[in-house]
Amino acid sequence: MQVELVSPEAVLFSGECSQVVTRTVEGDVAFLDNHAPFIGALDIGQTQLWANDGVVSLAINGGFVEVSGNSVTILSDGALAVEDINVEEAQSDLQAAEQALNADADDNQAANAKKWAETRIQVSSAG
Amino acid sequence: MAGGQERILRRRISSIDATKKITRAMELIAASRIVKAQGRVQAAKPYSEKVTGVITNLAGGGAGVDHPLLTTAEKVDRVAYVVVAADRGLCGGYNNNVLRAVERAIEVDKSQGRDYALVLSGKKAAGYFSFRGYEIHAAYEGFSDQPSYNDAKAMAESVAELFENGEVQRVQLAYTRFLSMGSQEVAVEQFMPLEPSDIGADASEDSDSGGYEFEPEPAEILGRLLPRYAEARLYAALLEGSASEHAARQRAMKAATDNAEDLKINLTRIMNRARQDSITTEIMEIVSGSEAMSQDDDGGLKDIIEQSLEGSFASLASDRNDA
Repeated sequence: MQVELVSPEAVLFSGECSQVVTRTVEGDVAFLDNHAPFIGALDIGQTQLWANDGVVSLAINGGFVEVSGNSVTILSDGALAVEDINVEEAQSDLQAAEQALNADADDNQAANAKKWAETRIQVSSAG
Repeated sequence: MAGGQERILRRRISSIDATKKITRAMELIAASRIVKAQGRVQAAKPYSEKVTGVITNLAGGGAGVDHPLLTTAEKVDRVAYVVVAADRGLCGGYNNNVLRAVERAIEVDKSQGRDYALVLSGKKAAGYFSFRGYEIHAAYEGFSDQPSYNDAKAMAESVAELFENGEVQRVQLAYTRFLSMGSQEVAVEQFMPLEPSDIGADASEDSDSGGYEFEPEPAEILGRLLPRYAEARLYAALLEGSASEHAARQRAMKAATDNAEDLKINLTRIMNRARQDSITTEIMEIVSGSEAMSQDDDGGLKDIIEQSLEGSFASLASDRNDA
């Protein structure tokens, strides 16, 4: 199936894939060829694309996915490929977010920042 | 006397020459930036098109169109203006055109009893409105050359907050649309509430859902998606503004370069005439001086000179007569 990963500033990936795994706000989903039409809101998490030349891992900071007519479109205004992830920055972000959470456990922004930092670290270590 | 004028002209010409070099450099820089800015406008298109497409499909899936960003207020008391201008000047009428259009729109609003709120992008916009005593709600600067999506996001968030809190009942977006290299026009468009027809959500009743599965509920996805749509739209406006800014600057600087060249040619002509005049005057003085001295050997002038300057000068004068 045809897969496109689109950010507001550029098309980050466009090509043929055999499988796509991503995470919506309700949990992980996987798409294979000829999946039923689907629209979902993406959570902060890892997305994997099984392209012809190997698996592409990305960290996605929220977005949307639309599946229709054997093509998958992922829209995200915060998507990072493995090579674009700055692990040190993610580590320091993680520490800052944890400190903020210790001060205020209900801080939503800090919880999201923590999740995003963890995702980046996870994707970069897996890739 | 004439020599002084020539020196002044020479100085002016060299100063114009230096200015011309600067405007020429700015013209070339702007020209290369237009191409890049246009590239960014194009690169931003797929995202906003896809977002619009998803909204259309969501509306078809019965998402309902009761999001705050879609709700039109019954009475409009205050209108927010999002103004896209430049951080720098020297770009012809680019800033003034859009700022004047906004000022006129505010005047119309005021005459109908509506208040205004200004959300500005670009140093020139902030300068213009603060100088004229307008109250500025928020001003952003530092990215008019090359706006990033995060800049658009920050601006859109503050605008959406104003709108969703009910502080303003309508938001207008003023920017310069980039039609082509040679033509850009100011556009003042309704930004919020979002028009259902703009986002393809008006077909909701009769189009079928296309059998989509939704995760989570369509209404919730729509709630997350509409702010992204607003951001993408503002981002597109910022990008078009920046392309227009570079195009306007290129034109202005080309005109300035041409003017400098004309000025230089004119001044050079005047300077050459002044130089010739002064040379002619000098020759006249020398000729008339030597003629006066050689006119009459018995003349009174030579006597006076000989009387006052004996010796070397006198022999010099006679040498000359011999020759």
